Amino acid sequence: MRLDWEIAKRGWRRYAAYPWATAAGAFTNTIFGFLLAYILLAVYRTRAEVGGFDATDAVTYVWLSQSMIMTVYIFSWWELAWRIRDGSITTDLLRPLNPQRYWLAFDLGRAPYHLLFRGLPPFVLGALVFELRYPSPLDALAFLLSLTFAVVISFGFRFIYNSVAFWLLDFRGIVTLSTTVIVFFSGMAIPLRFMPTALRDLCYALPFGSVIQTPVDIWLGKRDGAALAGVLALQLFWALALLAIGQVVLQRATRKVVVQGG
Amino acid sequence: MVDTVLVWRRLVGAQIRSQLQYRLSFALDAFGSFWISFIDFIVILVIFRNVPRLAEWSVHQVAFLYALSSITFAVTDMLIGQLDQFPQKIRDGTFDIVLVRPRGTLFQVIASDFALRRIARVIQGAIVLVYALSTLSVQWTVLRVVVLLVSLPSAVVIFSSIWVVGACIAFWTTDGGEFTNAFTYGGTSMAQYPFDIYSTWLRRLLGFVIPLAFVCYFPALYVLGKADPLGLPRFLEFCSPAVAAASAIVAGLAWRFAVRHYRSAGG
Repeated sequence: MRLDWEIAKRGWRRYAAYPWATAAGAFTNTIFGFLLAYILLAVYRTRAEVGGFDATDAVTYVWLSQSMIMTVYIFSWWELAWRIRDGSITTDLLRPLNPQRYWLAFDLGRAPYHLLFRGLPPFVLGALVFELRYPSPLDALAFLLSLTFAVVISFGFRFIYNSVAFWLLDFRGIVTLSTTVIVFFSGMAIPLRFMPTALRDLCYALPFGSVIQTPVDIWLGKRDGAALAGVLALQLFWALALLAIGQVVLQRATRKVVVQGG
Repeated sequence: MVDTVLVWRRLVGAQIRSQLQYRLSFALDAFGSFWISFIDFIVILVIFRNVPRLAEWSVHQVAFLYALSSITFAVTDMLIGQLDQFPQKIRDGTFDIVLVRPRGTLFQVIASDFALRRIARVIQGAIVLVYALSTLSVQWTVLRVVVLLVSLPSAVVIFSSIWVVGACIAFWTTDGGEFTNAFTYGGTSMAQYPFDIYSTWLRRLLGFVIPLAFVCYFPALYVLGKADPLGLPRFLEFCSPAVAAASAIVAGLAWRFAVRHYRSAGG
């Protein structure tokens, strides 16, 4: 536990070392927040609600999801794949610590940094310009729990597609495809609520819906009582399932690992 | 000038040959970029599932905007998208090499990284363009064809200028590169939708100061024979080439200014 904490601190510091990159990224998220907010608001010129979301819900969705983009690290994460490719993964495998646990701890240190410095500024700006919806204290707590699960699910998924590098040295295409899948099916590109019912249900059932749409639903008070417990349980299930799959993949890979120099 | 084009063709030809050596990775890459750029179009379809018209625009008209923005952005990305990695050249000092060679610095930086795999995005945009045009029943005139054909290279020049100005930031801070994404990736996203849905300040900033409105909104109004919902002067619909030329000049000057401030990291 002590060790995990130390690794997590390094995860935080790694990203804290580049304040300009953080500022630039937050700026980009803000611009996208404005674009998406106006695009969705144009829909609400002729509609009062879409899939249970009114205009305020939709705009809150936009700013929350922009703020969560880096916290759940939805875009391409390559770090593990590069270590596999250049051979430095051997050093990781020699350590008396499971690489998956190492990177999970690192990621859980990184996430709060991104929440505070990449997520908060765009959200505050969005809140100043638009009328947003805010959670009850209980929903706010549930949101934080759900967001934590979302980070672990996203990490579990990233760990698996990075592990492809053990078999395929040119992993760029796989990373791009995996990113495409999660961006669309999580509701990052457009709220799942806007989708046709069958597709929406599929996204909610897959791990991806748990990464963006579920935490936002909770923030907006769309999940109460048993429904809230249900979605949190589903998130926990996917978090554990993806970590387990990642672990199996890692076991398989290490049995046949061929090191590239290193 | 002719000489420069020849050198460019040689450099890019060599890169294309080398990128095609690894066929599986090229195919996977191209397949990946095809789908990730397709998301934006699926989002448009999902939106129009919920409304018949977005402001005054039909799904086919927005598909047309999307296609113009997507194709021209993808071509720009293929030609100079590697400028995203330019800060690395400043950080490790390899920009020094560029300075001692007898060619323009910007030319060298651009010619050294041609990404053929991005052709997948161009194809994806072209498919949507064909789809949009086949459903739109445009009243074609010679002038409309000319405006459409001229708008494509103009848009590429405008996008390229944004990218180059963005790359200049790297001369002062090497980790601020993502700042540019707001105007490049953000720019193409914005141009995919009709400008009248955005608020006034956003339109002024990203439509005119950064001239994204000339990428496809104004040319599309003319080609589609659509009255401007914003009621702006009609002559703007013909201004894309002039705006592109002005952008290129600004970008060129910004680059010269930035290069003069280069302090080598000692690579």
